[in-house]
Amino acid sequence: MNQPLDESLEKLTKTIASTPKVGSGRFQRMAVTSASSLFAVFVALAICAVLLWVTDKDWVKAYSTLFGAVTEERVLYDTLQRATPLFISAAAVSIGFKMNLFNIGVEGQMRVALLATAVAGAAVRLPAVLHVAFCLAVAMIAGALWGGIAGFLKVKRGVNEVISTIMLNFIALSLVAWAFDDFFRDESNTEGVLVKTKELPSTAWMPDLVDKPKLGGTLIVALVVLLLFWVLVWKTKFGFRLRASGGNAGAARATGVNPGRMIAISMLISGALAGLVGMNRLMGDVHAYQNNLGEQQGFNGISVALLGQKHPVGILFSGLLFGFLSAASGKLQLEDIPKEIVTIMQGIIVLAVVIINGVIQRWDERRIQRKAAAQLEQLAAAEAVA
Amino acid sequence: MRKSKRFAAIALIASLGLVAAACGDDEKEEGGSTDTTEQTPDTTGMGSETTTGDTMPMADITGGVAFDTGGRGDGTFNDSAGVGADRAVDELGIDVTELEANVDEDREANLRLLAEDGRNVIVGVGFMFTDPMTAVAAEYPDITFGIVDSVVDAPNVRSLVFAEHEGSFLVGAAAALKCGCDKIGFIGGQEIDLIKKFEAGYTAGAKYINPDITVEVKYLGPAGDNSAWGNVAGAKEIAAGWYADGVEVIYTAAGGSGAGTIEAAIEAGKWAIGVDSDQWATSGDAAAQAVILTSMLKRVDVAVFETFKAVAEGDTEGGIKVFDLSVDGVGYATSGDYLTEFIDQLEEIKQMIIDGEITVPEAP
Repeated sequence: MNQPLDESLEKLTKTIASTPKVGSGRFQRMAVTSASSLFAVFVALAICAVLLWVTDKDWVKAYSTLFGAVTEERVLYDTLQRATPLFISAAAVSIGFKMNLFNIGVEGQMRVALLATAVAGAAVRLPAVLHVAFCLAVAMIAGALWGGIAGFLKVKRGVNEVISTIMLNFIALSLVAWAFDDFFRDESNTEGVLVKTKELPSTAWMPDLVDKPKLGGTLIVALVVLLLFWVLVWKTKFGFRLRASGGNAGAARATGVNPGRMIAISMLISGALAGLVGMNRLMGDVHAYQNNLGEQQGFNGISVALLGQKHPVGILFSGLLFGFLSAASGKLQLEDIPKEIVTIMQGIIVLAVVIINGVIQRWDERRIQRKAAAQLEQLAAAEAVA
Repeated sequence: MRKSKRFAAIALIASLGLVAAACGDDEKEEGGSTDTTEQTPDTTGMGSETTTGDTMPMADITGGVAFDTGGRGDGTFNDSAGVGADRAVDELGIDVTELEANVDEDREANLRLLAEDGRNVIVGVGFMFTDPMTAVAAEYPDITFGIVDSVVDAPNVRSLVFAEHEGSFLVGAAAALKCGCDKIGFIGGQEIDLIKKFEAGYTAGAKYINPDITVEVKYLGPAGDNSAWGNVAGAKEIAAGWYADGVEVIYTAAGGSGAGTIEAAIEAGKWAIGVDSDQWATSGDAAAQAVILTSMLKRVDVAVFETFKAVAEGDTEGGIKVFDLSVDGVGYATSGDYLTEFIDQLEEIKQMIIDGEITVPEAP
């Protein structure tokens, strides 16, 4: 009695396992993910067109202004400028995602790193190249330490990283504001209302790639980060383990991977990258810490990571898109189009990506279920005949 | 049936998503926007007012206003700047374009955009424009710039600074005179030097009337926490607690958050003091008007208007323009007539400040 049932169950399991998921082939998967991101962008454009139309704004003019801006040199440079921190923060978020960690704390990690770098960078005297490297290292270490707290709490105490990173964001904001205000503000600058830390010596300034319109050298750092992210996750043993334990912790543990260790390491890396997010502003632009420096970039990285499907190439495109939308938003305002439309568009894009990915996954699961169910019926029928 | 249900569900999700996205944005930009901005985004926060004064003679100059994140619709600071721009449009016939920053980088980009657009006079609203304006003003020496609340040392930048501590001194004195009590409160937005100026003046003014008065002080957020400017719930919670604890008057210098103090004042039947704009007039709500004792007026509108006017009249020089009590750049509102019996005394104090007989501290 049990024998045939066991056999059929076994067969069933095999069927489920052997049915290829949609997009399980490498190129197929790439096609599906990029198509869903592209589709999300179109959905957002369509919804925003309707929104503009409903609110009596000229949506044709809005889009022609928006896409017309692509041809402008200044907008293009500005796009790259604005995409730079997005590349880095999206990479930071994506490293977490690969380990199934949702690091919402990039913003706080960035903030801690900004102040630490501004203070440490201004305190030492080094030759130019070394000084820049020193600052980048301080930023990564500070970000990693702050991100590491969430990793530690997760591994040792089982605290959900979403909750701990949100809380750590609040703590970072207050802690940095307090430390800045009480210890590190530049008292010699008494005239200006805008309070800053002591200025970084020019040896610590990130050189510009192009002077006018400005294109900062941090772009190179950002591109290197994306490249290293790709190499680390897809080309190393560590990356394989990371993806394995992110995908199926139980299975990974069975093959000897220590999930706690993986969590700790990925939070450290994520935090280290987060530390670099604000550097284009700090080292390339303002050359001192001030309040609101680089604000929101840590959160924007989440959007860019989601639209980029957590892949470096995707992040490259989505970062450019978000940078472009942001760079072109001023043009829209000149044409009497509310600036909010750009942020709404970005919001809908991300939402649409999440929904579309969810739909694809569910549709996929259901297809496999159906196939299995059909087979089960066949088996049952065969048994009944016997 | 099933299909329509599914459609309904999708529509619901989509619309929820829209709302969520919209709210999310608002929060990002304004750090928790006030009720008023969310209810009427069309008329307040959005868009540029490229109004051409069609009944007015057109001035042959054009202007631009660059708002910080937040922008119009806060009921106080930015709206006050907006009023100044509107007056320039109406009275001088200047074509004024407004741009509002979404993110950090927008400030410089927007100034540049206005400059490239050939605007003759460009005003940046808020001290966060200090560095961007320093950079852009140097590149466009033929354009006159104005910056509110900060000093940019350039020949073509008019730095529009205010003596907020002096105005706050007067409303502090008014609070102590009116309530005759021994406990008042101050709620600040971000704990930054600019807002501490308000606190310092207010406390000094109250103590000038009643040396034994206690001034409770709380800030809604640390420096850098943008939500402090739109934290209506937070201000209300603090205010309600203080009112229950015997505080009779609360002065709130926290942008849109002040609406929370007014709500708490209405519920407690106690006094609130507005900031920047005459909030008795801008609230337009009888319940609120019953509790708004006065407002510390910071005439950003005057500063912005005067900048446009000067350029329209050919004065393109930069320099520091101080708006203090002596030029009515700051002051106190008398709408509601709650201060009638104290006007003489307040005017006397005002004159003493102008004459230098009273020195108002700028830091607590």
